[in-house]
Amino acid sequence: MTRTPTLDRRAFLTVTAAAGGGLLVGNYLGPLQASLAAADGSFEPNIWVRIDADDTVRVMLTQLEMGQGVMTAMPMLVGEELDVDWSRIATEWVGADSRYGAGFGGQQITAGSNSIRAYWRPLREAGAAARQVLVAAAAAEWGVAVEDCSTDKGRVQHDPTGRSLRYGALVDRASRLPVPAEVTLKEPGSFKLLGRDEVERLDIPEKVDGRAGFGIDVQRPGMLVARVLRCPVFGGKVAKYDATRATAVNGVRDVVPVSAGLAVVADNYWAASRGLQALADDVTWDEGPLADLTTAEISRRFREKAEQPGAPARNDGDADAALAGAATTFERVFEVPYLAHATMEPMNCTAHVQADRCDVWLPTQGQTATHGAAVAASGLAPDQVFVHPTYMGGGFGRRGEVDFVTDAVEASKAVGRPVKVVWSREDDMQHDYYRPYTYVRMWAALDADGTPVAWKQRLVQPSLLERTRPGALAATRGIDFISVDGAANLPYDIPNVRVEYTEFDPGIPFGFWRSVGASVNGYVVEAFFDEVAAAGGHDPYELRRRLLRNHPRHKAVLELAADKHGWSTPVPEGRARGISILECFGTIVAIAAEVSVSAPADADAAVHVHRMTCAVDAGWTVHPDTIRGQMEGGMIYGLTAALKSEITIQKGRVAQSNFHDYPMVRMNEAPEIAVHIVPSTENPGGVGEPSTAVLPGALANAVAAATGKRIYRMPIRPEMLRA
Amino acid sequence: MVSLTVNERRYDLDIEPEMPLLWAIRDVIGLTGTKFGCGIAQCGACTVHLDGVPIRSCTTPASRAVGRRITTIEGLSPDGTHPLQVAWVAEQVPQCGYCQSGQLMSAAALLARTPRPNDQEIDAAMTGNVCRCGTYQRIRRAIHRAAEGA
Repeated sequence: MTRTPTLDRRAFLTVTAAAGGGLLVGNYLGPLQASLAAADGSFEPNIWVRIDADDTVRVMLTQLEMGQGVMTAMPMLVGEELDVDWSRIATEWVGADSRYGAGFGGQQITAGSNSIRAYWRPLREAGAAARQVLVAAAAAEWGVAVEDCSTDKGRVQHDPTGRSLRYGALVDRASRLPVPAEVTLKEPGSFKLLGRDEVERLDIPEKVDGRAGFGIDVQRPGMLVARVLRCPVFGGKVAKYDATRATAVNGVRDVVPVSAGLAVVADNYWAASRGLQALADDVTWDEGPLADLTTAEISRRFREKAEQPGAPARNDGDADAALAGAATTFERVFEVPYLAHATMEPMNCTAHVQADRCDVWLPTQGQTATHGAAVAASGLAPDQVFVHPTYMGGGFGRRGEVDFVTDAVEASKAVGRPVKVVWSREDDMQHDYYRPYTYVRMWAALDADGTPVAWKQRLVQPSLLERTRPGALAATRGIDFISVDGAANLPYDIPNVRVEYTEFDPGIPFGFWRSVGASVNGYVVEAFFDEVAAAGGHDPYELRRRLLRNHPRHKAVLELAADKHGWSTPVPEGRARGISILECFGTIVAIAAEVSVSAPADADAAVHVHRMTCAVDAGWTVHPDTIRGQMEGGMIYGLTAALKSEITIQKGRVAQSNFHDYPMVRMNEAPEIAVHIVPSTENPGGVGEPSTAVLPGALANAVAAATGKRIYRMPIRPEMLRA
Repeated sequence: MVSLTVNERRYDLDIEPEMPLLWAIRDVIGLTGTKFGCGIAQCGACTVHLDGVPIRSCTTPASRAVGRRITTIEGLSPDGTHPLQVAWVAEQVPQCGYCQSGQLMSAAALLARTPRPNDQEIDAAMTGNVCRCGTYQRIRRAIHRAAEGA
């Protein structure tokens, strides 16, 4: 496994914690003030916003758009405090620029459902500061007191006389005034944009007529298109190759070695693909040490690791003693597979390496990591390398990686022209950084009343913490807090709780996959909980309510999901229901799912999902419809994981290659979804990932209710449904 | 030389006739609204109309489109006001947006032959189009909205 320091997870989580307690104003207002500029008749009070004489309010976006709505939410945060005319909002993506990384400890990363959590305060304060200067400018213009002025829809008004001025008319004067170091934010009751559904997403118009520019759409003068042939076995290398037949293909310009393998550089994608097919027959690989690895062997090794205790991530009471002394105890084993991200837009990057500069255009979740990879691959100085983000056709964690950046920069450098590297779907699926395979042992002990008195989880998983910060596990006494997200923060009131983590990596590349550690624990914890409840003779919903007695926010979310789903009403004939709840990324989500199972005794048994009801407490709301959209989409993403797909390993390579053998939930299988948002004044939580983590548990519980068969593996296969 | 008529404009292309129509449209003509998703007709991102019929351009040789009318997302309406485009905005359908050109082209072909589709007809017409962001419910609503407004 190559350990590449791409996503700086520790830094980002440190900042997350800081965000909960409030960021220091000085952390970002310092650089904001330093960026003051009065160039070309515009007012640029800080790095986040620029107002032009034509009234355009331009919001700089360091967080990038992959469908999660930051391109709209970020301007809403600035615009609320600035009292903008929303129709004059424009946005601009920011390349690699460390001034913008304050919310993530210096790194520009769009990940961890963290954009709003990390940036809501800086953006609101930036808008408020800009507004305060514009008011001061207008007051000076009129010779009146600032206290007599107000703002609305891009204008400053002098209330006693009704005079008003457009922001654009004030930019010259405003740009000569000092920017305040401290500002007062609006009270929620006076919000005009935040929390309002009337705001339409800014990216949607160009996503319905083909105009939206994704990375794969980048075109540069003189650009060539390349595909990279990688060893099908992880960790393998080119031993020798003969490019004669590949370069003879019409349209192929060159075959050049790159770190990942061989780049076939051509006039267009199709020529590159034909060249690559020809080359594939003329390459000999050194397949390396993983050439015989299989999923069965991986599972065996994980099982072995799980025999020994892991590092305790949580230890309340004495779970082992309680397990030893209880009347009823039981143990279950859960396994989840490697999963591919399968963004609809395959990985790609366009690079142009010249003698004194390197430009990269790409769909990325990380400008900082991209910049670092391009600097390394180009050999140029950091200030000679420029990152140009585009729309992303999905991210889900995959685009925080930089393998495609290295491909493109190396290929461009080799051929001396702009090169767009485009991965095929097969490249994408077989060379991902997968959601890691995970093996989990669960134990519970019940008292005479059937109430759980001990809960123990032992989780064996490769460590993302160690991958992104080599050596970090030694500093945390072997605990990867990313892996135990959703496990160590078990909210149920059980006196003895022990959660253990064991790091194990069989060598298959692994990475951040939508909802990350919680993608495992949301399922395992909540599916096991239902079995624990059943073993004690309790209704799983009622037992959850009872054991959430110390977590009122959780309990309210659970009850809202149940209530809106009609949990207390009779289940329609032939159907069954399941429910689950989890807190992750600062947000609490509960989901009720309603399913039926057809032909449960047969080889073609199938789960049909009819209806899913989601309740979410994500703190105060920036854009409710974006929250609904993320809950809906995250549930479908989780449904694909629960019902459809898995990556398996044969002879050190991925057995699946495309959507025919790594299928997705499609229109005909997509259930009706209702999302209910809990009104809240708490600080915002993340919304991009949580519902993906919660859905599989609800589904497993519904299937168990329908068939009597508990689900110990994902995805759910027909043989698991047989009575 | 292959002559193609895309969105009522003729292009004479110096390509091999077996080049998939997708790459002729994207890499040679330069219309990038039509997307590459799988290359094997499994995801629908590359859907265009050939004489009004939705096809997967990633597996259709350019030669098969000669002498026929090709419509891409850029040609669905002159100004983004096809009823489906309007409905897509009203229902706030797209998330990442990458699959939506294909979704819209499949939906447009559906409405052209079935102006008031029911849910089963929507399933039948749209199941070939994958949306990894999971916007299916909104797509369904938007198709119904466009059909009702027609």
